[in-house]
This record gives sequence, C-alpha cells and structure tokens, in this order.
Amino acid sequence: MATKNVDLRHFTGFKSLTLLCLFLLYAPLIIVMVYSFNDSNSITRWNTVSLRWYYDLFYGVDAPKFKTAAINSVSIAVMAAISATVIATMAATAMLRAGSFRGKSVSFALINLPLMVPEIVTAVATLIFFSAIGFTTGYLTILIAHIVFCIPFAYLPIAARMQGIEDVYEQAAQDLYATRFQAFRLILLPLMAPGIISGFLLAFIISLDDFIITNFVKGAGVETLPTVIFGAVKQGIKPNIMAISTLLLAVSVGFVALSYFVGRMGEKANPTTTKQGD
Amino acid sequence: MKKLIKLGVAALTLSMAANIATAEGKLSIYHWFEYIPQELLDKFSAEYDVEVTMDTFDSNEAMLASLKAGKMGTYDVAVPGDYMVEIMAGDGMLDTFTKAEMPNHGNIMDQWVNVGFDMGRKSSIPYQWGSTSFSVNRDDYKGDINTLGIVFDPPAELQGKINVLDSQGELLALASMYLGIPQCTSDRDQLKALNELLQNAKPHWASFGSDIAKDVLVSGDASVGMIWSGFSAKAREEGANVEYAFPKEGYVVWMDNVVLLKDAPNRDNALKFMNFLLEPENAAAVTNYAAYTAGVKGTEPHLSDAVANSPESNPPASPVGEFVQACSQEVQTVYDTIWTNLKK
Amino acid sequence: MAELPKVNPEGSAKTYSGFGIPLIFPAWIIIGFFLVIPVAMMLVYSFLTKEFRGGVIWEFSISAYDQFFLYRGLFGDSPPVIEWTYISIFWRSIWQAGLATFCCLIIGFPTAWFIATRTGRNKTIWLFLITIPYWVNLLIRTISMKFLIRDNGPLNEFFLSIGLISEPFHIINTNFAVQLGLFYSYLPFMVLPIYAAVERYNFALSEAAADLYASRTVTLFKVILPTVRPGIVAGCILVFVPSLGAFLAPDLLGGAKNFMIGSLIEEQFKGAAGNWPFGAAASMILLSLVLIVLTFYARNQTKGQI
Repeated sequence: MATKNVDLRHFTGFKSLTLLCLFLLYAPLIIVMVYSFNDSNSITRWNTVSLRWYYDLFYGVDAPKFKTAAINSVSIAVMAAISATVIATMAATAMLRAGSFRGKSVSFALINLPLMVPEIVTAVATLIFFSAIGFTTGYLTILIAHIVFCIPFAYLPIAARMQGIEDVYEQAAQDLYATRFQAFRLILLPLMAPGIISGFLLAFIISLDDFIITNFVKGAGVETLPTVIFGAVKQGIKPNIMAISTLLLAVSVGFVALSYFVGRMGEKANPTTTKQGD
Repeated sequence: MKKLIKLGVAALTLSMAANIATAEGKLSIYHWFEYIPQELLDKFSAEYDVEVTMDTFDSNEAMLASLKAGKMGTYDVAVPGDYMVEIMAGDGMLDTFTKAEMPNHGNIMDQWVNVGFDMGRKSSIPYQWGSTSFSVNRDDYKGDINTLGIVFDPPAELQGKINVLDSQGELLALASMYLGIPQCTSDRDQLKALNELLQNAKPHWASFGSDIAKDVLVSGDASVGMIWSGFSAKAREEGANVEYAFPKEGYVVWMDNVVLLKDAPNRDNALKFMNFLLEPENAAAVTNYAAYTAGVKGTEPHLSDAVANSPESNPPASPVGEFVQACSQEVQTVYDTIWTNLKK
Repeated sequence: MAELPKVNPEGSAKTYSGFGIPLIFPAWIIIGFFLVIPVAMMLVYSFLTKEFRGGVIWEFSISAYDQFFLYRGLFGDSPPVIEWTYISIFWRSIWQAGLATFCCLIIGFPTAWFIATRTGRNKTIWLFLITIPYWVNLLIRTISMKFLIRDNGPLNEFFLSIGLISEPFHIINTNFAVQLGLFYSYLPFMVLPIYAAVERYNFALSEAAADLYASRTVTLFKVILPTVRPGIVAGCILVFVPSLGAFLAPDLLGGAKNFMIGSLIEEQFKGAAGNWPFGAAASMILLSLVLIVLTFYARNQTKGQI
C-alpha cells in the first residue's frame, strides 16, 4: 500500500493511548509478581524475598490439587475455545454468506443468548437441567457449559470481520471454477484469520476465568483454577495464589515467545505468507 | 490448529486419567472452602483406604441452593451451620444414625449434645464453633470497645472506617441485640426500629465484605471490622494490632456441624468419617488449622498454644453469645425487605 | 472510486446460499439444548410460587413480577405504589456498564488501530500482549487492583512522594473504583473485535478522503468509523452486557454497599432471601431488555442499513 507524505495509518496520540492501555493492563500484575516472592503469610505485609511459595506450590500438601486444577482449567479452556470458534465460524458463514433465510433475527439472538443470561441464572438452570436429564456432573458438564457460553465471545469478532470482507473474492474464485468448499477454505478462511484468532483468544480467556457456572456444574472433586483460587482466598489471600498466577503468566509468555520463533522460522522458509490481509 | 487439537486431546486424556478412582471405597464431602486441612483428609484416606473427594461452597444458603437444584444424592456428608441443620432436617434432607453406629458419640461435649437444632445429635456431630462480633484496630481507637455501638452508632473518629460482613443473618442478629429486641421478632415497631437503625448506620460503613474481612484489618483499610473469631485471630497473627470484642449487648455464636445426608451413596464411609472427626486428635487438627473451637472432649493436649490461649476463642463468662435463629417465613420476608432497603 | 469496497450488509452476500444455511445448525443445537431449555425452565419458574428458602412450588403466581414493580410497605400490606428500588438498581447497573463501555471504547479503539497497523507477525504478538494478563484469574487481578489503589497503597505513595498530591487520593469504595474495575475487567473484549474489523480496513478510502481535502478528524469520523462499525458494535456488546451482571468489581472495589443487577439476582439464589421465582423474574426482565436492543440491532442489519 502506497505511503504518501502523510502516513494515513498514523494518528497522533494513538500510540500513547496504546501504551497507556498496556500500562493499565500490566500494573496490577506487577503487584502479583512482586508479592509472589513475599516470605510473609499475608499479602498485605511485606517480609523478605523468598521462593517459599513456589516451593509450596510444587511440594506442599495442596500441590496435587493445584496441578489437577491447572490441567483441568487449561484443557477445558483449549477445547471449549476450539469448539466454540468452529461453531461460531460456521454460524457466521451461514448468517453472513447464505443469503437471507427465515429465523435469521432469532438466530442472531440465539447465538448471543449465553451472553445475555446472567451467569448465576445459567448456573442454577443448567444444574437443574443436567440433574433432570440424569447427567452426572463432572468434567464433561463443565466442558459443555463452557462451550455454550464461549460461542458469542467467538462469534462477535468473527462476524465483525466477515462483514468487512466483500464476497467478490469468493465469487471470483467460483467464476474460476473453484468449488464452494475451495472458495471457503482458500479464500474466505485466510481472510478471516484475524477474526478467528480474536474470537479464539476471547473464548479462551473467558473460559479460563469462569467461576460461577463452573462452581455449580462441576462434580465433587473436579476443580478448576478459579474454583481453587476462590476457595483459597476465603481465608485471606496467601502469596501462594500470587505464585500460581505468576507461573501461569510465565507459561503464557513462554507460549507466545515459542509461537513467535516457530513462526519466524516458518516465514524464512516461506516468505510469501507474510503481510497477507493488509 | 491440528497441533492445538492434539494438545487438547492429550490434556483431556491426562486429566481423565487423574480422575480415575484408585481406592475401593469412596467418600464425597460437601464442605466450606478452606476449612479442613488436606493432611487430615489424607490421613483418613490412608487409614480406611477410602478415596475422598471434596466439593466446596461459600455460604450455607449456596449449599442449600445447589442441593435443592439437584445435587442431593451425590454427597455423603455436608457441613452446614447451626440454623441450617434445622432447615435441612425440616426439608427431609438428613439421614439419622444410632449411637451404636457412632462409637465416638460419647466424645461430644455434654453442652453440644442436646442442641436446639438437633436434640440428642441424631443426624449431626459438632465440627467447630466460634463467634461473630467485631474487632477494632487499637492503634486507631483507644476507647471502650465493649459495645455494639462501635458498629451501629460509631464515634466520629471511626466513621467511614468500618467493614461489616456481607451476611444478612449475622448482621441483623447483632443489630437486634444492640436494640435489645429478640431475634426474628414479629413486633412491627421493633422491626421498624431495626430498619431505621441500619439505615442510619450505613453511611458510616465503608464497605460490606466477608472474604475481605481479615485483609482490610491487616492492611489498615478499615479500623473496625465485623468479623468471625478465628478470622480475627489470624489478623492478629499477621501483625495487625486488633482486639476482638465481646460486647455487653451480646454477640453471635455459631456452630458448624457434619451431617449425614439422605440418600448418601457411601453411608458406611460417611459414618466412619464422622466418627473419625470425633477423635480428639483429629478434632484438634481442625481447630489448629481454622483457629475456632472443637465441640469434642479431650482435645486440649493436642492444641497448639496459640490457639488454646487465643483471646478470641476464650469468651468471658458473661455476656453469653446467641445462635442466629431461623426466622418464620413472614419475618424472613420482612428481613429480606430490610436487607434490600439497606443495599438498594 | 469504482473499486471502493462496500461493507457487506447482512443478507446481501449469497456465496453459499442454500448450501450454507445448515452451517448454523451446530450453534442452534448446542445452544438450543443446553441453554434455551434451561432458560425456558427459568421463565416458567418466574411464574411459580416461591418455596421458603429456595426452590419452587408448582403453583402459578405472578408475585415475583408484582414484587419487582409494586411496593407494599415493609410488611407487605400497605396499598401498592410503584417500586423504585429494583428499577434504580437496574438503572445504576446500566449506567455503570455504559460508562465502562465508553471508557473501553476511548482507549480500546486507538489500541486496536495501532495494533492493526503493525506489520505481519507483530500484530499477533501485540494481540497476545493484550490478552496475556487475562491468564491471571479475574479475582486475583481485581484484588491486586484493590491493593494498588488503596489509601496507603503504592499508587498513592508514589503520587505523595513526587509531591503531586498532599494527601491520599481516596479511590477505593467509590463509584470511580467500580468504573476502573469494570474497565479493567473487559478491555480486551473491546480491543479484539475492533482489531478484527480495522485490520480489514482499506486505506484507499483514507487516501480518497485525503484527496478530497478531508482533514484527519473528518476522515476518522466520516470514513473510518462507519466502515469498521461492525467491530465497534461487537466490542460494545461484549463489554456492556457482561458488565451489567458483573459482581467482582462492585463487591471488591466498590465495597458492595449497593446491589447491582448481578448481586441482586445472586442474592435470590445464593443468599438468605432464597427467592428463586424473584431471581428468575429479575433475570427475565434483564434478558428481555437486552434482547429488545439486540433484536432491534439485528433487524437494522438485515435491512442492510449499516
């Protein structure tokens, strides 16, 4: 894209606002990180620096509980986000690419229903429903409930993106004898990538964070990180919670760094994949 | 994407594997958050070869709601507070046991055998008991704290520095004691006075919060905090110069109890577990962990000094504390209106 | 100008017409079965008689809605007048959520724009940078925020030490703190959808506007914002609706002194009130309010008036 004398992409102050945004997002996390190294029992009093709470996390009495909870949380979040993203992408294609059909407004409301029902109501209603149809509460019930409430979080960014893509590209492909499926896979999906990534990320973090619904539909003994954390906090916040949060942050940063370097290697191998969608 | 799916499947198999039962017997407990040491559960598990799973709740009412919504029949034992035992028994949610099934029944302290909510202890055993009152930061206020007026009609220097528990039952019970009216009164003038007292006190309160009750005292955000006895003891241990009051108008006493639930899938193990908790050594372990008081004879030798001599756990001979009462439906409806008025 | 891409109004694109419609079935089935049925049960509950301390009795009653709209005095026997309590709780929540949404938009749009104008892989890195903080549980983030803005917390100590203020700035337990908390809780939900839309923005439009001597501000408001509107709308929905039912920020940062919609409804199911029909009724009222707004929006879109 040609750049003229004035860079049309640049707006004065947008960069500072972005940096402000990052600062706001990360400031409380600095507290979390610093206090995870606090030797004291309480987060409100600073003692000395120590790795005591990290040791506690791996070798303390609660270590197995934290470990299982972390595995449950991340695996549920990954699966729920993937399922919700797939369902949402399909739904968006139907809503935005299949012409008009009866019940379209209803479908729009339906897809967004999980967002609109207050969480506690979904929680109680889902539990009553599960026990009425004889579902045993456990890992699977959590996963189903999570997929349901993740759908609108994945759908809205994906649909917003698809609305911005003119269907001329796919039509051109079809004119060139591409099948509809080829047009979808080779034209629409790559153009959709930013929307799909956004939708997936939102669904992932919303699932990772959920407490109210999970707490109702989980079975005895199946814990996720939020339920463990909410429980632990009932007796006052101990630095071990800060330590586990810091570890999670480290893991996520690790993932990002890894995907960055893997991606860079991929780019070197295949330079044409960059800059698409600009 | 494929890699992600593989990762997800791998994680699923892993977590499923972690949930597969290893022991023959099972026991399913519905308990408060963070109210039993993990070591004690492990000990029970090892001694009786029973696999223990625990689910947690954060208020008596939340437990009742989830049991009513369909979780009855999935747990063996639960740990409701005093008035909630009565409510659950009234709703037919509790099973009974005989003294023969509970060899340690005799260990229950005499004063806790014939309690109003379960005469003769036929379906519950005492877990821990404590009190609800308030604590004052002695660096901030040096005057007399022996009155509930500190919370409901605070002196000028404490106004705006008070945290109260976000708990309708306990707050209204304390307010009734301050006014000198009976709990669950149906007298209209008294109820109006109760409503008015709370309306006038609210502007002096900085916040409502139960989970934060200890932290606001330790951090100094609040100078006065309505609080549970064990929580106050922990605030003191963490370095806050707080004193727990046993006000002259009275204070709330509560007792949590382990109950045998109706339709318990593992009734025998439930009884074993309850009997296990009546061993003085095990009851003391809970007390040392939670800093409240056990209702079992002979725990003294097993208690840590800090807990045994804690001022919060050793109330004066008078006044005596009172249990929160379960009100009739008519009075409860008025209480709900008063509570909504307070927080609207 | 012939190549000017038009934004695709819903209903006009027909690439997969007929064939594409079944793609919506998975969403229908999973939401229909696992949410619509439970919610329909709640609708039924809202017309039943409450069972004392939780649960319902299967007898028709409109007392839940009566309680919402009519006040009959402390003892329930005065002549009914309009009940403002719950309406004002709703209004307070709507106002708070609206303000939070506005603040998210003010910060979120420039952030999304900035990210979308990075090159290649850097975009993804920036996106991750925005979402990484959300790996930490909301409860922990809110508690840390509380710690940060305390009267004698790090923020105040910093401002005091550089002499910007002479006494602590009182934020905690105020409405401002709630705002801050809501804003902080839902910021990425604004940034990501806008990013997805802006990333597709065709700068030929800006060039055309510049050629016609439009100022930057005019371009922003007359060309860019209308083009990326679907993303902005999606972001606003994703921030506003969850904010309506939020309870952590009001409880921990605002001091829980006043009910918000979320805590009011929660109290009916998990609190001493134990009034399930009333909780269900309040949810249904909230649900219909949001549904009306959304359906209106969807209708508008189907007509192609973007």
